[in-house]
Amino acid sequence: MVKYIIKRILGLIPTLIGITLISFFVIHLAPGKPTDVQTSLNPKVSYEARQRLEKLYGLDKPIHIQYVEWVKRFARLDFGRSYLDDRPVSEKIAERIPVTILINFSAILLTLVIGIPLGVTSAIKRGKLPDKLATIFVFIGFSTPEFWLALLLMNLFCINLGWLPVSGIASLDFESFNIAGKIIDVIRHLILPVAISTFGSLAIISRYMRTEMVGIMTQDYIRTARAKGMDENSVIYKHALKNALLPIITILGLSVPGLIGGSVIFESIFAIPGMGRLFYESVMARDYPVIMGVLSIGAILTLLGNFMADIAYSYADPRIRAVREEAEA
Amino acid sequence: MREFMRNKMAVAALVFILAVLVFAILAPILTGYDPASTDSKSVLTPPSREHIFGTDRLGRDIFSRIVYGARISLAIGFIAVGIASLIGISIGAIAGYYGGSIDYLLMRFVDIMLCFPTIFLILAVISLLEPSVVNIMVIIGATGWMGIARLVRAEILTLKERDFISAAKVMGAKDSRIILKHLIPNAIAPVLVSATLGVGGAILTESALSFLGIGVQPPTPSWGNILMDGRSTLGVAWWLTVFPGLFILFTVLSYNILGEALRDISEPRLKE
Repeated sequence: MVKYIIKRILGLIPTLIGITLISFFVIHLAPGKPTDVQTSLNPKVSYEARQRLEKLYGLDKPIHIQYVEWVKRFARLDFGRSYLDDRPVSEKIAERIPVTILINFSAILLTLVIGIPLGVTSAIKRGKLPDKLATIFVFIGFSTPEFWLALLLMNLFCINLGWLPVSGIASLDFESFNIAGKIIDVIRHLILPVAISTFGSLAIISRYMRTEMVGIMTQDYIRTARAKGMDENSVIYKHALKNALLPIITILGLSVPGLIGGSVIFESIFAIPGMGRLFYESVMARDYPVIMGVLSIGAILTLLGNFMADIAYSYADPRIRAVREEAEA
Repeated sequence: MREFMRNKMAVAALVFILAVLVFAILAPILTGYDPASTDSKSVLTPPSREHIFGTDRLGRDIFSRIVYGARISLAIGFIAVGIASLIGISIGAIAGYYGGSIDYLLMRFVDIMLCFPTIFLILAVISLLEPSVVNIMVIIGATGWMGIARLVRAEILTLKERDFISAAKVMGAKDSRIILKHLIPNAIAPVLVSATLGVGGAILTESALSFLGIGVQPPTPSWGNILMDGRSTLGVAWWLTVFPGLFILFTVLSYNILGEALRDISEPRLKE
């Protein structure tokens, strides 16, 4: 197992280099220089001052040297300092990541809890009313512009009914609550973003579950189980479901970039101080170091997600485990 | 075909898609209002007989803006998917046909692109360039081809072992001819499914970009920016936000249902 993991980690290196290359060159596609933002705000900045700024950020050097220097610092997770407030980029990202992970993690959990039973029900009642209703439901979720739904629900629950707080992650008087009060406060703030995010991603999990279950139900071992006189519920939940759940691990890994990307929208609407909003703000201000930092961290989180899914999958599936052990022996 | 007609949802989706297309094409005939003409006498009027979807805060007719906006939103959907398919088919075909290190390099490139949250890449590029309609089409296409490349490569890998390809090679056909005339046409079915689903995705992406303020820029109407226009007046004039949103929802839903129906037909494995 250890050997396998090490091999897989080595395999990540070319991808990692590719990620840094792409994020670096995407940013440098841009016409105009990052120093423009700082200097154009103040027309009195002299030519010399501009040169000094460019030198400070290394923008006067050839692009490949800029890249090499950037990668060197990248390896130490040093993304430089923000052009906007001169704070270290890694610090800015680190304080924003937990919220984004909290929201996405809750959304993934909720998606599994709702999506798996939905998909299984669809598969068992294939072509009948429950299947059709579930299909329409998840398709609508998949096709709804999330920010639109967020606007409408925000208007309904937060403004018209006043049941939920409008925005942010915590109330102004957050510090005065006790532990239970704090937890409830955060839940009240996150309920809408998490619910909408879940509605949007239900389709992927439940459709996948449906296809898997439909395929498995035609397998020989299911027929055997039925022939033995096993009751239908045990056949479905003991034999079929266990096998259908495995590929979900891979799907979860694949859905990471979509979730991280979606946080740009949610965090903007609900004014949540997470990584998505940080990215949006820095893109608008052409804060290059932060853009590059978040772009690379986002891609690396995805890579990690896929990697963990891969390891978990090979650990959970005895067939793959056997093949791997054979190859190692 | 008969099988498709049996799927009532798919037929309804197709009818809706065609209806919106006809609306977009016949926009000037269907609506008596110029989508850009303002009318200070009828500002924020609710849906009525004169303005079936109401008017916005400049007195512009929402129905007319939605119909003209359909032209932009659909064009973005189709052209972005066209670009994605072109890139995806080329890369997938080259990787699948030549194999070896070319295949390895191209597929690593696909892996790397898949690691980036698409919206991050799009945001970065669009905000650094400029949010013109053309830029939006190109960038949505340029970040959405990876799935198609993988599909085409997988198809080509199995196709190229078949006898008719060996026959073409024996007859001295050039690689480019084998790829273009023999392999790609036979690998196109899964691309069609994925492209149909992609149109819906691209329309959604455009609307999300409009929400972030870097989509199609006013006064050109797109479904996304009409919707966003109404954001500030949502409390008093729901029709500004609700109608364009419903058009996006039903259009995207229709493309998704159609795509699923095409998939069911092209993958007989899933049938009873």
